[in-house]
Amino acid sequence: MRHIISVLLENESGALSRVAGLFSARGYNIESLTVAPTQDPTLSRMTIVTSGSDEIIEQITKQLNKLIDVVKLVDLSESAHIERELMMVKVRATNGGREEVKRLADIFRGNIIDVTPTSYVIEVTGEKSKLDAFLQALRDEDLIEVVRSGTTGILRGERGLHV
Amino acid sequence: MELSGAEIVVQCLKDEGVEYIFGYPGGAVLHIYDALFKQDDVKHILVRHEQGATHAADGYARSTGKPGVVLVTSGPGATNAVTGIATAYMDSIPLVVITGQVPLPVIGSDAFQEADIVGITRPCVKHNFLVKDIHKLAETFKKAFYIATTGRPGPVVIDIPKDVTDPNVKIPYEYPRSVSLRSYNPSVKGHPIQIKKAVELMLSARRPMIYSGGGVILGNAADELTTLTRLLDFPITNTLMGLGGYPATDRQFVGMLGMHGTYEANMAMHDCDVLLAVGARFDDRVTGKIAEFCPGAKIIHIDVDPASISKTVKVDIPIVGDVAPVLADMIELIKTSGRTPDAEALKAWWARIGQWRSLDCLRYDRSSDRIKPQFVIEQLWELTRGDAFVASDVGQHQMWAAQYYKFDKPRRWVNSGGLGTMGFGLPAAIGIKLAHPQEEVICITGEASIQMCIQELATALQYRTPVKIVNLNNGYMGMVRQWQEFIYESRYSHSYLETLPDFVKLAEAYGHVGMRIDRPADVRPALEEALKLKDRTVFMDFLTDPTENVYPMVESGKAHHEMRLAPGTAVDRELA
Repeated sequence: MRHIISVLLENESGALSRVAGLFSARGYNIESLTVAPTQDPTLSRMTIVTSGSDEIIEQITKQLNKLIDVVKLVDLSESAHIERELMMVKVRATNGGREEVKRLADIFRGNIIDVTPTSYVIEVTGEKSKLDAFLQALRDEDLIEVVRSGTTGILRGERGLHV
Repeated sequence: MELSGAEIVVQCLKDEGVEYIFGYPGGAVLHIYDALFKQDDVKHILVRHEQGATHAADGYARSTGKPGVVLVTSGPGATNAVTGIATAYMDSIPLVVITGQVPLPVIGSDAFQEADIVGITRPCVKHNFLVKDIHKLAETFKKAFYIATTGRPGPVVIDIPKDVTDPNVKIPYEYPRSVSLRSYNPSVKGHPIQIKKAVELMLSARRPMIYSGGGVILGNAADELTTLTRLLDFPITNTLMGLGGYPATDRQFVGMLGMHGTYEANMAMHDCDVLLAVGARFDDRVTGKIAEFCPGAKIIHIDVDPASISKTVKVDIPIVGDVAPVLADMIELIKTSGRTPDAEALKAWWARIGQWRSLDCLRYDRSSDRIKPQFVIEQLWELTRGDAFVASDVGQHQMWAAQYYKFDKPRRWVNSGGLGTMGFGLPAAIGIKLAHPQEEVICITGEASIQMCIQELATALQYRTPVKIVNLNNGYMGMVRQWQEFIYESRYSHSYLETLPDFVKLAEAYGHVGMRIDRPADVRPALEEALKLKDRTVFMDFLTDPTENVYPMVESGKAHHEMRLAPGTAVDRELA
């Protein structure tokens, strides 16, 4: 099953490679991994999307907790949560195709953030499945480049992940 | 007090009460070596290879419970230490390893003797640090010792660029009195409800078994374990790492378990209905085939590391905590309850174990005209009254030592169980001897293992650490040969050492006493003679039967009850 694990870790050099190294050394899957500093500059927040049986996910959270740089973590998938991913898509947009691509972007509540006579860059945000659907809606031959941020997430309600 | 970075390093060690530091100098640590030269409190032991430094510090740590400290230079000095660091990591041994690094401005430029040792050691340390600022040095040392020695112990590497130890840059020094890390708070006390549930289950057991590991040694819990085991009259087995956690000569001890465990220990594991696992990690060499591990048992597991619980074997009652206080809580609960396990059931269980025991699975041919390695260990055990510190290398001799040297006390058996590092024994023995100069220290090894760190014979002479080396020389990498015999139809691919040195001359060349023993009748006299030479390192080269195998054996992927026994051992069908 797919899990989204949010981790607060010390904002120190090497902390990211400790986590990444743990996943590769123990053979755990990483679907995506995002990291950035938090409001508190001594902490980073990392979101890892992974998959595995319940036993594997239990080991992943235990092994992450064992890392000295990991301060706290939560498996978002165990509670109500919101997940988002940002995607930027560069598409060929010429003549009649320009309108069609713009309509599609509107349907997916995407924004066109760069325009040239032959291309658009469209920004779309949402759950992974929505971004996948948007890509499917576009014609393959129109796709020039796709860049995705990887998933980040947050718990619903007042509860949060703090130190 | 104003100190340079190099002086701070040495002062931190003094403030931690460090007695010995094992090391080898080189460019990036010369400032530190200069600071070491100007003092006498921290004694430096010069090894002949950095791997030896880590193993010697490791032996010191295992035999004392105190952290072992290592100092090596950057690049090759640090990479040579990696095997020893990984060895300590696998067995949860507290080490603080100081590595020199190239100066800050040239880090990342492929400078001379530069290696990213923080990156290289990341998967085999409990934690590591690169200290870029002299103001962070003292705090880092405090954290390193704290992390290495608390919770589930382990090695910590401190990488220090040369310019951080510049003798011309001095800052005020104060060693932090305490340390707290928001991200690291190892739990000590076990959860009372879990402990209560565990005690209930233990008291209701009909075929109980206690399986204890290295955690009991590391957690100084041998007394509590012994008290609990005797209070309940349960049978107990130890893992390779846990030997000495319960007196091996006691009636309730059924021997080591696992791949080369005794018949009675493995059969009892297979048939038990309640298993109490104490500071053990269900290693594959212990469990055999996971799907058939203790098939009828409810399992209780006490461990300080939550990640060890239900890692390979799903347990019913997990208890996270330091083993000693958890066991003490259990003893207290049982005593106040006034209850005892079902005496009839226990009696029947002990009778069954007695039947398994009667097979005498460690029997070997005593009439052979070749020296049997088991006989050497038995004689050694007798002559040292089971009271020596024994460091072993890795292979057949290690298993025979574990089977035939009956350890009654913790911390006397020192071996590389997890990583299985050949070359560990001799340097480890030197570290032990430094810590326990009045005690008998033996290195049990083989002709293959000993050659992996043989250069430390020079260290043994320089620091007058008279260890006794028992070399069980069968001319083969014995365990490799055994597997090739059993699994590869006796195709002995590259496991025969054709050009062995003359170990007697070699020992003498290093300034020690060398002895060669090739007749069974000479084994005991040779050991006696060697043990009498109190102030000399003695290398005893025993030429042993090259065909001897370690039995019993649970081959990889087999279950506990599917043991291969020594030829000629008759298993009564009723018994199995």
